[in-house]
Amino acid sequence: MSTLTQQEFVLGLFEAAPATYSSLRQLGKENFYAQGLPALKAEEYKFTPISKKLETSLTDFSPAKPVKISAEQVKSAVFAGFEGAVLVFSNGQYLPEHSTSVDGISVRLLSENETTPLGSIAKADKDPFVALNQATFSDGLHITIEKNKEVDSPILLLQFHQAQGGQVISPRIWIEAGDFSKATFIDYHISLDDAPYFVNKVVEIKGGINTVLTYHSLQQEHNQVIEVSNLVTDIQKDSQFTSTQITLSGDMVRNNLTLNLLGSNSVGNMYGIYLLNGKTHVDNHTNVDHTIPHAESNELYKGILADQSRGVFNGKIFVRQIAQKTNAFQQNNNIILSEDAIINTKPQLEIWADDVKCSHGCTVGQLDEEAQFYLQARGIDKTTAKGLLLYAFAGEVLDKIEVDSLRNFIVAQIQERLGSKF
Amino acid sequence: MLSIKNLHASIEGTPILRGINLEVKAGEVHAIMGPNGSGKSTLASVLAGREEYDVTEGEVIFQGKELLELSPEDRAREGVFLAFQYPIEIPGVSTTNFLRTALNQVREYRGLEPLDAVKFLSLMKEKMALVEIDQKLLSRSLNEGFSGGEKKRNEIFQMAMLEPVLSILDETDSGLDIDALRIVSNGVNKLKSEKTATIVVTHYQRLLDYIVPDFVHVLYKGRIVKSGTKELALELEEKGYDWIKEEVDSTATV
Repeated sequence: MSTLTQQEFVLGLFEAAPATYSSLRQLGKENFYAQGLPALKAEEYKFTPISKKLETSLTDFSPAKPVKISAEQVKSAVFAGFEGAVLVFSNGQYLPEHSTSVDGISVRLLSENETTPLGSIAKADKDPFVALNQATFSDGLHITIEKNKEVDSPILLLQFHQAQGGQVISPRIWIEAGDFSKATFIDYHISLDDAPYFVNKVVEIKGGINTVLTYHSLQQEHNQVIEVSNLVTDIQKDSQFTSTQITLSGDMVRNNLTLNLLGSNSVGNMYGIYLLNGKTHVDNHTNVDHTIPHAESNELYKGILADQSRGVFNGKIFVRQIAQKTNAFQQNNNIILSEDAIINTKPQLEIWADDVKCSHGCTVGQLDEEAQFYLQARGIDKTTAKGLLLYAFAGEVLDKIEVDSLRNFIVAQIQERLGSKF
Repeated sequence: MLSIKNLHASIEGTPILRGINLEVKAGEVHAIMGPNGSGKSTLASVLAGREEYDVTEGEVIFQGKELLELSPEDRAREGVFLAFQYPIEIPGVSTTNFLRTALNQVREYRGLEPLDAVKFLSLMKEKMALVEIDQKLLSRSLNEGFSGGEKKRNEIFQMAMLEPVLSILDETDSGLDIDALRIVSNGVNKLKSEKTATIVVTHYQRLLDYIVPDFVHVLYKGRIVKSGTKELALELEEKGYDWIKEEVDSTATV
């Protein structure tokens, strides 16, 4: 790779970085230089040539400034029937004037008080994009859920993105959940126009003991968007964390999800759907670290790939020697709808304990023609039959989404994409 | 109602049907019997529109229309129903949901208003009683984990819901115990009318004690080699298929 371009790429960002969290940023910078952008053959980014993509697609290596958002834009972006608080962001910058408050949850800008221990969960030495974000994030939000507070209605993080000519957007979010608290977040990215940009997002979630946290992420930006998203969470004892990652579009999207199971009787759930067409490239790398005995992880990712789309799934399960009685399940199923679509799927299990239950499985197949004929033989047209079968395939993951308005919205998007209503 | 003339069909270049001729009129029940590999299920599949088969010759007229030119879904909408020999399991799709989609597409084709949830449910209840099928089963994924008998009852239930003009039962009796056979046959018999016709494809005579045919045809090597009344089925049950094979094979060599 050309180092010159890489330097150009990061220098602009480094120069434009705010003065806040200066030592943290310095550390981020050092960690970035130590790793560099992933080389073409780098194992962790083997099937996703993200550096090349950035070099060829980005024209302006500077941070995208927040753009004005109208009340109408917020209103029309919220899912029909959604009941809950809305936190609005423009290119990563929190907009309090458009946001609503939630009882038991407090928010403040990261810059307001430079005490947020950023980087303590998402480690800058583990991934160059985490390091880059740490060095260059413009501002972001610190969200605190009070101890003992169970927030039943979901919290929608509405992230509007817009840039001129391929700039960089670096959202940073820190969520801290007090002991015995409960909350559900929906992270929804929206493009305001179809100009290209690069989103480099880091979300850190610090859970207390006995918490129930859910983080739904919906990526449905336009097809020139490059995105690297890092979500890292520490899960304490008696807690449950669930992530669902729904990706419907984009140019090249890489999602790194890391769950650290740090307390016994904790559960980590990782669910995902990628429904891809055109030339969209989506890479889901998940990583669950069982560091203690008696914890459980469940993983189910389903992919539907059409046209020349490309999917990558890499599911790492790490069971440390001390982590006896671990239950870890992983499943990745894919349906390929065209000759040119490609999926690379890889389970990666490292198990050092000897009394554990772990399973994994990957499947790649085509749409079941027998099933399609059966539906047609009952009077259902071919497109609807196909849609019904693909929807049923994805349904197992959709069923995990307990927020009705979000699930209905995603179902409608999927139905529209599959060209049928049922 | 149905007129099959000189129908030839092959799969991957291997001819299976070699000139089928069959006339079915409204109100009739026709049984198609024959040894394994004679082409019985192929005939059923070709009529329903399964794509793997190539029709190389002949025509099928169904209620004045060229059946072979219609897509599988349009055949169903015109009133052809195939009860599958091996009903497909579809995880994630409930019978109720799928059947409502199907019924409303069929109704749309026939120029009828779609059924709302309430009307659909009451129709379903009525037809469920016909085949003694439980509603719980219908809200589960289509045929997934169903017993052989439950799958076949579900086929007849779907047939009852879609109210076809021509029903083709492809070895619906295979794998059924006597109780299930009785329930399935009762369902079929109750659905019969002067306006509808039934083609029963079977290897055994047993089913024909319950669904009494007006005509029995013996299929062998892709042709109907003998036709008769229900007595022919009894004769086949008693003597097997060998005498027919010999009869056909000897004439063929002469």
